[in-house]
Amino acid sequence: MKTDVKLFENGKRRDGRKPDELRKIKIEAGVLHRAEGSCYLEWGGNKVIAAVYGPREAVPRHTQNPLRAIVNAKYNMAAFSVEDRKRPGPDRRSREISKVISEALEKVILTEQFPRAAIDVNIEVLDAEAGTRCAGLTAAAVALADAGIPMKDIPVSCAAGKIEDQVVLDLGKEEDNHGNADLPIAIAPRTGEVLLLQMDGHLTLEEFDKALEMAINGCHTVSELQKQAIMKKYQSNEEGD
Amino acid sequence: MTVTPAIKRDYLANLAEQGKRADGRRLDEYRNIEIETNIISKAEGSARVKIGNTQVITGIKMDAGEPYSDSPESGVMTTAAELIPLASPDFESGPPRENAIELARVVDRGIRESEVIELDKLCIEAGEKVWIVFIDIHIIDFDGNLFDAASLAALAALMTANVPVERLKPTLEKLQEKFPSVKNYLDEHPTDYPLPLKTPPVSCTSVKYNGAVVMDPSLDEEEIAEVRLTVATDENGDIRAMQKGLNGSFSTEEIKKVIKASIDNGKEIRRQLYKSVGK
Repeated sequence: MKTDVKLFENGKRRDGRKPDELRKIKIEAGVLHRAEGSCYLEWGGNKVIAAVYGPREAVPRHTQNPLRAIVNAKYNMAAFSVEDRKRPGPDRRSREISKVISEALEKVILTEQFPRAAIDVNIEVLDAEAGTRCAGLTAAAVALADAGIPMKDIPVSCAAGKIEDQVVLDLGKEEDNHGNADLPIAIAPRTGEVLLLQMDGHLTLEEFDKALEMAINGCHTVSELQKQAIMKKYQSNEEGD
Repeated sequence: MTVTPAIKRDYLANLAEQGKRADGRRLDEYRNIEIETNIISKAEGSARVKIGNTQVITGIKMDAGEPYSDSPESGVMTTAAELIPLASPDFESGPPRENAIELARVVDRGIRESEVIELDKLCIEAGEKVWIVFIDIHIIDFDGNLFDAASLAALAALMTANVPVERLKPTLEKLQEKFPSVKNYLDEHPTDYPLPLKTPPVSCTSVKYNGAVVMDPSLDEEEIAEVRLTVATDENGDIRAMQKGLNGSFSTEEIKKVIKASIDNGKEIRRQLYKSVGK
């Protein structure tokens, strides 16, 4: 895209980050009283809450699978989370994101342990600033772990992209608006399996390889933060006893 | 709706006979209230309110839009509440149902009828463009007494809101080409400025079960409640709005007692509200 906005100068990005540097991330597990598992996550200017309910009987009954649980992730943006107020309720974009996140989570959850059940994962975006699906999935994974849902791995998500012909990690707001490509992925960090992959823009094969590698490295960094957040909750629980 | 087991119902009812509550509170005592403001950077104003385990986030967004034809010089306010499934195993996603609509309307009425927002000061060009104030209430964690938490969060968010003149500058300048008098507005308000407000009334909610009237009901108490009363009082101790709910009834003496307790608790809540917004 043609633009006057300078996204890259003297090896630094607009917000002063290096090409392979993540925005600041803060993760807290178990923030809600009512939900079985929950997580509050700040990622740059993004603020996201995820809550898990279930496994519980799936309703309506025709959605039940006699062999395994279904995973319902619901991604929702608060009306006040964006510059121009968003009309409340799901739109096509949020339905699509809900679907790809549900599918990514389903791959790691041991759904065969809970036939006919539903595991509901609610993701609420309170403040949005590029990369909300990565933030949402990452928070959902921590909430699932907090809820004690058995999983093969704790999934984690991160994006790489291209701005001014440079491959960079974790696009910020203006980089997303004026950049050339965005590649959000989610992986299972233990095995490296790719659980979610989307891309828009324009990448050469070499650029894709580089962006993918960068995004995977980003995922591993975020994965450590997820584990710390979960450990912290359990540690503070022990101290409380 | 979850069914409160009969055993819990009996337990709460027996405690009430002795003037006690399950969490050790006095009958007219609130849970701990926390108010945090300016938590959403994209919003014009925002607040998170916790009453015990109940948690509500409210954001204010503003935009320039058309006034109603019967009040061409007044700004417009709208209130929406979302009982998102995050907050409770009983909330479902989808368009707002009865409960969300009643909640939004009660909060809206408390703000609108007591003229908390000075809508007449939100005119940009009479009959053409006025400010629209969107109050969006998100229930994050549901443990009872949404009425008080939601209205308190709405007030705190309004009290920290700034009119986004700078963000809407391009729109306003375009409007000025068509209506030169918009210049007066822009000259008067070159930058963002605090949303013009009057002092707000504070809502307090009580419920009755098994003959006992308790303030700030928890979820368990709400589930066995026979009747509910919300009373909004102002700083002079006058009554500004009321709403009775559920199919039970109060005696007039009980109503007077509830009003008295609402004034007393309202004072303390108002003090906390002002403190949280730095006033």
